[in-house]
Amino acid sequence: MTVDAPEAPASAPLPRRSRPRRVLDFLRNTWRGLTSMRTALVLLFLLALAALPGALLPQWSLNAQRVTDYIVAHGWWGRLLNQLQFFEVYGSVWFAAIYLLLFVSLVGCLTPRTFEYAKALRAKPVLTPRNLGRLPLNRESTVDTPVDEVIASARTRLRGWRTVEREEDDGSRTISAEKGYLREAGNLAFHFAMLGLIVALAVGKLFNYEGQVIVLANGSQFCNSGVVGYDSFEPGLTVDGTDLTPFCLQVNGFQVTYLPSGQPEHFRVDMRYQSEGDLTAGTWRDYPLESNSPLRTAGDRVYLMGNGYAPRFTVRYPDGTERVGLIQWRPVDPSTFLSEGAVKFDPPGVTDPVQRRTKQLAVTGLFAPTAGFDGKVLTSRFPDLLDPAVAVDVLRGDLGNDSGRGQSIFSVDQSMVDSGRLKKIARENLRLGQHLTLDDGTRITFDGVERFVSLKVAHDPAQDWVLVFAVALVLGLGVSLTIKRRRFWVRATRITRDQGPDRTLIQVGGLARTDQAGYGEEFGRLADDVLRTSGRDT
Amino acid sequence: MVDETLATYGDWSHGAATFLYLMAMALHLVEYAFGRRSTLAVAEPARELATVGGGSSGTTITPGVVPTEQGPGRVERLGRMGVAVTVLGAVMHVASLVLRGVAAGRAPWGNMYEYGSLVCLVAVVTYLVLLYKFGARKLGVFILVPVTFLMFIGGTLLYAQAAPLQPSLRSYWLVVHVLAAAVASGVFMVPGVASVLYLIKARNEKRPDKMVKLAGKLPSKDLLDRVAYRTTVLAFPVFTFGVICGGIWAEAAWGRFWDWDPKETVALVCWVIYAAYLHARATAGWRGTPAAVINVVGFAGTVFNLFFVNLVTSGLHSYAGV
Ligand code: HEM
Repeated sequence: MTVDAPEAPASAPLPRRSRPRRVLDFLRNTWRGLTSMRTALVLLFLLALAALPGALLPQWSLNAQRVTDYIVAHGWWGRLLNQLQFFEVYGSVWFAAIYLLLFVSLVGCLTPRTFEYAKALRAKPVLTPRNLGRLPLNRESTVDTPVDEVIASARTRLRGWRTVEREEDDGSRTISAEKGYLREAGNLAFHFAMLGLIVALAVGKLFNYEGQVIVLANGSQFCNSGVVGYDSFEPGLTVDGTDLTPFCLQVNGFQVTYLPSGQPEHFRVDMRYQSEGDLTAGTWRDYPLESNSPLRTAGDRVYLMGNGYAPRFTVRYPDGTERVGLIQWRPVDPSTFLSEGAVKFDPPGVTDPVQRRTKQLAVTGLFAPTAGFDGKVLTSRFPDLLDPAVAVDVLRGDLGNDSGRGQSIFSVDQSMVDSGRLKKIARENLRLGQHLTLDDGTRITFDGVERFVSLKVAHDPAQDWVLVFAVALVLGLGVSLTIKRRRFWVRATRITRDQGPDRTLIQVGGLARTDQAGYGEEFGRLADDVLRTSGRDT
Repeated sequence: MVDETLATYGDWSHGAATFLYLMAMALHLVEYAFGRRSTLAVAEPARELATVGGGSSGTTITPGVVPTEQGPGRVERLGRMGVAVTVLGAVMHVASLVLRGVAAGRAPWGNMYEYGSLVCLVAVVTYLVLLYKFGARKLGVFILVPVTFLMFIGGTLLYAQAAPLQPSLRSYWLVVHVLAAAVASGVFMVPGVASVLYLIKARNEKRPDKMVKLAGKLPSKDLLDRVAYRTTVLAFPVFTFGVICGGIWAEAAWGRFWDWDPKETVALVCWVIYAAYLHARATAGWRGTPAAVINVVGFAGTVFNLFFVNLVTSGLHSYAGV
């Protein structure tokens, strides 16, 4: 009843397959394509290509200011790049797509290879090729030693190789030997380690967190109890900041030595900390925190990232009350530590918010640890605290604290100045201990300087695994690139002669399964030994 | 603190080494220009070739090319002198780094001047080892060109006084990480050059009217490919190790083992490119010219990382910017 069979269109010689079948074929072909080494190569290139913009364009995660500047400077082009995630390459959809594909490709290609390797480990070395003379490495000689002895001595020589002996139809005896199985093991270890590394990185992204905090080096404390304690905080994908590892730090001092050139030579934070049991017992442990030697405690790490100065100002109001302002100023020149900042004061005893907003004070300007004056302009001549001075403007009025806008701790709100609600009422250069007096008799004294340190707290539960896989990766790579998979064959054939005793023709051949280079010398030595079994070589 | 006298002697040695490399390059160039059209086998019938033997490997000496041996000619003697001068240069080069290290009281690879010098030294030593193993003296000119250039740039534009290190660089990981990076980069220079030559040779073979002057006297394609592969295979694990040490150090210094700092990123890109080279060489259809192209791209990336990333972009690496 195959009525319509003959009418199958000639242009489609393949029999039409059912839809599920076609889908299956499609999937299988896609899978094969994806797991081929060629695809891996292309994906590798794509990965390299995709990573590049991250190095060439500014990135949000590294420097948000530069990204903003870049976008402003490049108009629609900058905005387009931003939308295409070119300023957050390593978190972008397309970057993730490439490495996920590579990951799948890797899994798909490693699984069968592992099984093959397991099989190969149990397999016997292959038959000796009929014509050993055709191999890239081959030698032969004729000796008087009988076949059995030749084979026996070759067997001894090939100790450490996997060998199998066979007898051929014409009575020749052969040894097939193979060595270097570890190469493939190394190769697999390398690729699996890469898989593991990718997984560990992903796990880290889920559970890590990082925070930055500035602590004055005058006995101030910091406790890792929640996000609010930080100046900035970057949580991993599953971290909400509610259960950070508890520990506390107390910074008692900061030591820095400079070379005469102004280059810093050594940093040390005199610090104590308490974590785990200490917290309940109330005990402290000393830890001198230095560059390159973070404090590691309770799964968290604390790093010294930077330092700077916090000038102290005391305001003495006409009624005799005093207020002390002490806050870090931001270094603007990292080589001299010329710093800028603002210290803000609320008037004492004023409860009415409207009243208060006319009497707030800000002392803002520049600080130099080693002052130099260019006329009246303050500069800093050296980063160390030798001869501090400030050049300050005093402003009075509404600081804008209640405006709802976020306030920088390093400057006053410029819009308040522009709108005339914050007025400059004095400008002065002050050395340590000097003061200025405002029109209403308020006295502002520059009476001290503290150092501050900028600390980073980091937490990544997967980073030890990253290290383990990275080490496995190097070891696997070393093994796979130094060990050669190589084969060696011996065939000993008896030659019967009309006169005289029988002789033995020994043929040897060698083949490296990966790169021929480098097997030559070893082959030469092996061949020498096997061919000259009796010393009566011809 | 810094021994100025020793540092000065070190700088003089650096200059002397640069000059000697220049001399050696000139000598090689003369040999190259006026020497016989011959394969490498003339210089020294390399052991490797003798043992690999066999017709299929392609390194056999083409009959018409083997010259009648009549002792080294005058031109060839110049070439040998070139090698001797190179060795002398390398000795001065080692001395310059040792003096710098002793003068500053630290490992002599703490800024770009020192690092570049170390990379060049590794490249020269790799070349000398290859010379010993393969007898490929024809590579001499081509290796010495980038080396001399880098040495010159280092001694002038990138020059930095001997000084102690920034606190952030004081770590034994500096010693390991930077050393590994320099060794890998130096070795990578050789396959980079060999691959460029491979491409020239391949182009000449395809279109015999192209690159006649250059290609005619180059070593065989097969030898160039093998030199490139074996040196890459040597440098790649060292490079991998160096990157990992960088991660370990970054974890201790900056709080994160990987921060996508431009230098890290470009190093990763180079690493991926060299991995692609190894894959290409193991994949039918990518062997030969495509593989050589990939290797050249890899080396271009390495150089880019040294110059562009250090001098133009700004990252965490603190001797970025000379
Ligand atoms: C970032 C990704 C990868 C890197 C860095 C990498 C690296 C390497 C290295 C260094 C080798 C040794 C080359 C040699 O034996 O001469 C190798 C071999 C190999 N890789 Fe990869 N690989 C990667 C991804 C992949 C993927 C995704 C696949 C599968 C699709 C793959 C398949 C293979 C195979 C089959 C070999 C064996 C080549 C041989 O035996 O000569 N690799 N790989």
